[in-house]
Formats: sequence, C-alpha cells, structure tokens
Amino acid sequence: MSILINKDTKVITQGITGKTGQFHTEKCQEYANGKNCFVAGVNPKKAGEKIFDIPIYASVKEAAAETGATVSVIYVPPAGAADAIWEACEADLDLAICITEGIPVRDMLVVRNKMKQKVAKGGKETLLLGPNCPGLITPDEIKIGIMPGHIHRKGRIGVVSRSGTLTYEAVAQLTEIGLGQSSAVGIGGDPINGLKHIDVMRMFNDDPDTDAVIMIGEIGGPDEAEAAQWCKANMKKPIVGFIAGVTAPAGKRMGHAGALISGGADTADAKLAIMEECGFTVTRNPSEMAKLLKAML
Amino acid sequence: MKIHEYQAKELLRKYGVVTPRGFHTVSVDGAVKAAEELGGKVWVVKAQIHAGGRGKGGGVKLARSLDEVRQYANDILGMQLITHQTGPEGQKVRNLLIEEGADIKKEYYVAALTDRATQKVAIMASSEGGMDIEEVAHSTPEKILKEFVDPLVGLTDAQAENLARGIGVPEASVAKAVDALKRLYTCYMETDASLAEINPLILEGNGNIKALDAKFNFDSNALYRHPEIVDFRDFDEEDADEIEASKFDLAYISLDGNIGCLVNGAGLAMATMDTIKLFGAEPANFLDVGGGATTEKVTEAFKIMLKNPKVKGILVNIFGGIMKCDTIATGVVAAAKEVNLSVPLVVRMKGTNEDLGKKILAESGLPIIAADTMAEAATKIVAAVK
Repeated sequence: MSILINKDTKVITQGITGKTGQFHTEKCQEYANGKNCFVAGVNPKKAGEKIFDIPIYASVKEAAAETGATVSVIYVPPAGAADAIWEACEADLDLAICITEGIPVRDMLVVRNKMKQKVAKGGKETLLLGPNCPGLITPDEIKIGIMPGHIHRKGRIGVVSRSGTLTYEAVAQLTEIGLGQSSAVGIGGDPINGLKHIDVMRMFNDDPDTDAVIMIGEIGGPDEAEAAQWCKANMKKPIVGFIAGVTAPAGKRMGHAGALISGGADTADAKLAIMEECGFTVTRNPSEMAKLLKAML
Repeated sequence: MKIHEYQAKELLRKYGVVTPRGFHTVSVDGAVKAAEELGGKVWVVKAQIHAGGRGKGGGVKLARSLDEVRQYANDILGMQLITHQTGPEGQKVRNLLIEEGADIKKEYYVAALTDRATQKVAIMASSEGGMDIEEVAHSTPEKILKEFVDPLVGLTDAQAENLARGIGVPEASVAKAVDALKRLYTCYMETDASLAEINPLILEGNGNIKALDAKFNFDSNALYRHPEIVDFRDFDEEDADEIEASKFDLAYISLDGNIGCLVNGAGLAMATMDTIKLFGAEPANFLDVGGGATTEKVTEAFKIMLKNPKVKGILVNIFGGIMKCDTIATGVVAAAKEVNLSVPLVVRMKGTNEDLGKKILAESGLPIIAADTMAEAATKIVAAVK
C-alpha cells in the first residue's frame, strides 16, 4: 500500500511532447512499473501519433476514456497550465499532478475556485498536487514527476514537503540509514495550490503501510501550522518536522513564490514552535531528520 | 515587482478611483512648475521610493508657497531617505510627486490581497487609516475588517457595503466608498497584483472619497501579459546584484553574513543558510541556481557572490537529481579557476553521479574542502573563515 498512487495507477501526461515532458516521461517509464503506468499523452495537434510508444490523444477526456487512466501529470508551460488542470478536472480524473513552475497566481485562484464550485454542485472531486512541485513517488512501484528515482527505497516512512530538493535530502538520508519510504510527496512551493500538508498527513495517518512521517515546511503561509493542529488531535504516528527559512528576512521572496514572510505567524521560528507544541519532534538541523526519526521507531 | 506611488495612482485613475491631482518630476524646477500648473495654495512634496514610512523619515512635506515647494523639493531630491523599510543605509530619492492639498476629514485603510488559506481575494478595510497597518493588526486586530471574494463572482455590493459601513464611512458617502472598493478590486484582478493598498483612503469635507497614498506589488509570474506594468519597473530601486543574477535565471538575495552559499532548489537553499547559522556563522546570501545549472550559470553565481566584500568563504550544496553531480563539479572547478577564487570553498554533493563529481573536485588541484552532509559542510566552512 501507499498513498494516492501505486503500481497499478494509469497515467496521462499533459504536455508530453514538450522538451520537459519528453525528458521526464522517459525517466518515469524507466522507473519500476513505469512502462505499464504511463499509458497516454495529450496534444490536440498530434492526436493519433505516438511518443515513446505512448499513444497521443486530442483531449484528456478522450485519453481517459480510451485507456482507463485516472491520474494526469502536467508539464504544460505556465500560460496554459491552469487550463490544463481544469481539463483534467473536467475529465473527472482522480488526481492531477502539476509540475509546471511559474503559473500566474490569478490563474490558480480562478481554477481552484472552479474546482471547488464543481464539487459544491455535486461534481466529482479531482485532487490537485502542486503546482510547482516535483510530483510524487511510491518506491519500486511508480514515479510520477521529476524526482531522481534511484535515491528512493521501498519502506514504511512517509515524506511530505513543499520543496523538491529538500524532499530528496530527506529521502536520501532515510535510504542511507536503511529506512525506506511508503510514498514521498512534494506539494509545491506556490502560494495557491492543491493538496496541503494537512491533506497528505491525513492520508499517511490512514495508510496501514506508513509507520512514521517526515514533514518539511517553509516560511510563508498558514499551512504547516494548520497541519500541526490537526496532527495534535488525530495523528497516531510519530512525526519529525523541519521548517526551512529561520535565516530568511521578512518581505523577501526566497525563490518559491510562496516562501515569503508576511506577518508574524508565518516565520520559521513560529511554525517550529507550533509543531513542537503539537507533539512533533522538530529539528533545526536538517542533516539529522532521518536520524531523529529512526530513534523514534 | 514593486512600483512607485505616482505610478500606482496612475493605475488607480485608469480604473476610475479618484486621487488628488499631481505630477511626477525628477527636478526642483519641475516641482515648482508642477505646483504652478496645479494652482491653489497648498501642495504636497512627496519623495518616491519603493519603501513605506516616507513621511516619518522626512520625505513628505506640506508646502504653503511656491518658495516652500522649491525648498522642500531641493531638500528631498537626492537625500538618503531612511525609513523602517529601507534599512539603515536608506534609499536615495530620485523622483518626486507634487500633489494638490486635500481636505482630510477622516482617514481609512483599504487593501486587496490574495488569501492563501481560503484561496480567495481578501479585501481588508480599517477605520485606522494613515497608520502602519501591521501595528493596527497587532494592537487592535478587531479594527481590521475582511471580506473574502470569490474570483468567479467578484466583490459584491453587499460585501463592499459591509466594509464601508463597518469602518464608519458616513451614510452619505457609502455609495462612493463602495464604488472605490469595487474599482480597487477590479484593478487588483486585471493587473495581476499581489497587493493593492490605499492608505489612507480619505473622506473629504465635501463627502468625496479619495486615494491619498497607494502601494502595489505585482505577481512576477504574470508580468509576461502586462507590458504596461513592466514599463513601470525602476531598476534604481532594486538591488543591482539581484538584477544581475536574474539575467542568468538565478534567484539571489543578499544578506548580512560572511558565508556565500550556492544551492539548487529554494527549500534546500534556505535549509543550507539555516545550517550555517546553526553552526555559528551567518549566510551572506540566498542563491538558488535552479534545476538546470550549467557551467556558465555556476560561474556567474560565483562572480555575483564574490562581488560582496563581506564574503569570507563559500559553501556549495548540491543535490544532484536530474542535474548530475559531475556536471556541477565541472562547473564549480571552471568557475573557481575563472574567478581566481581566494576564499575557502566547501562543496557538499549528493545524489546522481556523486562519486564522479567528488573525483573531479579532488583532482582539480584546487584547495576544495569536501563534505558529506550539510552539517559537516557548515562546520567546515565556519571553521575555515574564523
């Protein structure tokens, strides 16, 4: 078991014919059961063609109907990425994973509200992971996104983070001391996104094959604090927490659009304090995340 | 991206929000000419810099004669204006806004911004205009009212009326305040702003509502569709090194410490800075080389870091994923040679082709200090600069 995806998941790639889409689709195909998982691509101008032996369809709806795929991964450039997310929703997929970095915030605001409106009117909910995220992986089964597959190892630890390379850091530390991962999830560095820390923590809590979790956050926004409060009341598994940005100055965007201190409550110190209060084992030394977790098992 | 007050007011006027009449100028003579053109007996001479708190710092003066306009323009132009947002060195004033005086009966605060938690646009309003809103939020949070706007619906009359009445706009002026709020919202959405703030929004003696000061920030992801806003960009107000870095697609922010750091990924870059602090020193910068770092990018990154005279050592922390460690190692060696690196350099590499990368560094003949973990790298660089 794992969260969200496994070896039987069937995936549509939106933006499969672009440079980034091609590069990563090939890597995803090479990983574990990837050859069987990546079943369709979308590009209205190239419908009927094939790329890496994957058939290309004119729309997500058609690709889903023809292949039974329930998940899509999006590499579409920023100007069209929000529309691509909406197309995945309109096709009633279970999950859309948006890798694209640099989508205008207003586009994300509009598409997120359209998604919520659809659910409010009784439509099927499509979960969104990202945008501006590395994707997610269930080791030895399936990799959807841009993370390096070979650092992962199958196991029972969940990892969730806003940052790509910091997720890899945690995963590599775990693998190095002999702890594998159930799933590793990058929720992305943008201010308006889909799944948040709290949603992923819920899934790890419910997953019988996850024993403990590393939760990594950043300065900016209320998400980590919200997740911590939820965990205090509900989480049955040990958690190690780290927040990047203790040294970040207020009012400066630290790379990620969402990593910006705006009030007093979204500094790294404030978030670390709340997480500690909620029962997390927090660390200010990101090199010891895995070591701390191992000590708790 | 930030813009000046006079540009923000230009935008607001375009969307139908009433502002005082005024002219932008860069000279003392221009200031006097602007005052003559405006007429009247009272003028406001306002320093234009990308920072708040200009009044307290002496950058805003009320002039009661053309001689005073000349005097104040002369005083303010070229001054190093120091406010709580500029840092101790201040910001040089190169632009002025000369405005007609206003008959201020009451000052309010209104703003639009994107709320992450609700994923809606928050319209905020307060009766405590003209003050530092963060102070109001801290001491009297109940005096800040909020309405959350669904972008699919827009700001409704009912929401705008709630805000206007809630902050105490007199009944006779409520319709005018509602109109101003709705226009502010439209302007915020259509320009892809990330903050649009009018502080103060004033009630005049005659019942009119006017924007007396305005501040806008814009979503840099959306600038591609707003050439008219890109034209507002004032490079004099930005950090020269940050501009230089952005040309090479590097995210760079200068800080106060003495250890330069070069990292791939924003989260890992912050974590590296934090680790340096944890082990007793301070980072000199934030620098994310991104996913596709080439030798050229790494060389430019080194040059930008080393321009800072405070830098006494450099820590490179790379997690090789798609980007391979040997590629980065080649780039680091080439960069170190090209810039004749004279400060200690610690390199920590992890991930794809890690061993190959380490071999390249070891065989380069350069005094590069290798480390296996972030903590070890930080310990070594802190020791090397002491």
